[in-house]
Amino acid sequence: MSFTVELIICALVLLGGLFALLGSIGVLKMSDFYTRLHAPTLAATVGMGSLLIASIIAFTVREQRLSAHELLITLFVMITAPVTAHMLAKVALHQRQQSVANTRNKALTEKIRKRLPPE
Amino acid sequence: MVNRLRLFWFPSPWLSLLLFVAWLMLNNSAAPGHLVLGALLAIAIPRLTARLGDPQPTMKRPVLAIRYVLRVLGDIIRDNFRVALLIMGPNQRLQPAFVALPLELHEPLPLTILAGTISLTPGTVSVEISDDKLWLYIHTLHLDDEAELIAHIKGRYEAALKEIFEC
Repeated sequence: MSFTVELIICALVLLGGLFALLGSIGVLKMSDFYTRLHAPTLAATVGMGSLLIASIIAFTVREQRLSAHELLITLFVMITAPVTAHMLAKVALHQRQQSVANTRNKALTEKIRKRLPPE
Repeated sequence: MVNRLRLFWFPSPWLSLLLFVAWLMLNNSAAPGHLVLGALLAIAIPRLTARLGDPQPTMKRPVLAIRYVLRVLGDIIRDNFRVALLIMGPNQRLQPAFVALPLELHEPLPLTILAGTISLTPGTVSVEISDDKLWLYIHTLHLDDEAELIAHIKGRYEAALKEIFEC
């Protein structure tokens, strides 16, 4: 494996690790359940994406044949991540989780919980 | 006649293509044996499950769909950096908000893709849809201008999906 290829793989792995870390710090740091929901998206998109691209490059170069099953992982995560976020938000609303004090349009929460139109 | 044959063998051609490609990827191989087995699965599974699902609008403009995917990927990467900075900044500077997004799409499949896109772009999560399917409720980590966010989602994603599915 040439130095350039190794460099690219290293950069991608570090970038992926960085975003996974940022996502985890976000979960810890945010102030209410609803803002916490946003942090893992970082790890699930760019974090995971760059790790998988690094894996594709590494195995394609090392084994001299196209390795693409990493793309399937991307597909599955792209399908499941939004569903998880939606279910978590729904449960939080039903348990009447309080949103942080400066949330705008707080009055909407009751309407959302009952799936009513906003007016 | 051709159309009837197509409907018989490939009731949902995009699903067949997806299954075929997914099979080859799962095995990480394009050996002849896997091509044949993949093709068999791509024909059998959609035919066996055709009567289970509700009829959905089909993709009418596949080229636009590819453009949509690339656009969403670009937005995801850009928003990742924006949201990473927001998360690392002080919590008090964030302005979280619930937003009601008026919908023009009403078919389940395009709606699911729209809600998924909103959730996948960091900073916004789709929370709920109203029973009459006229409003999508989203939660955003930081809201500058409500009208601008609504216009952004409608113009960039919803309009594109309307074109792709022609509904």
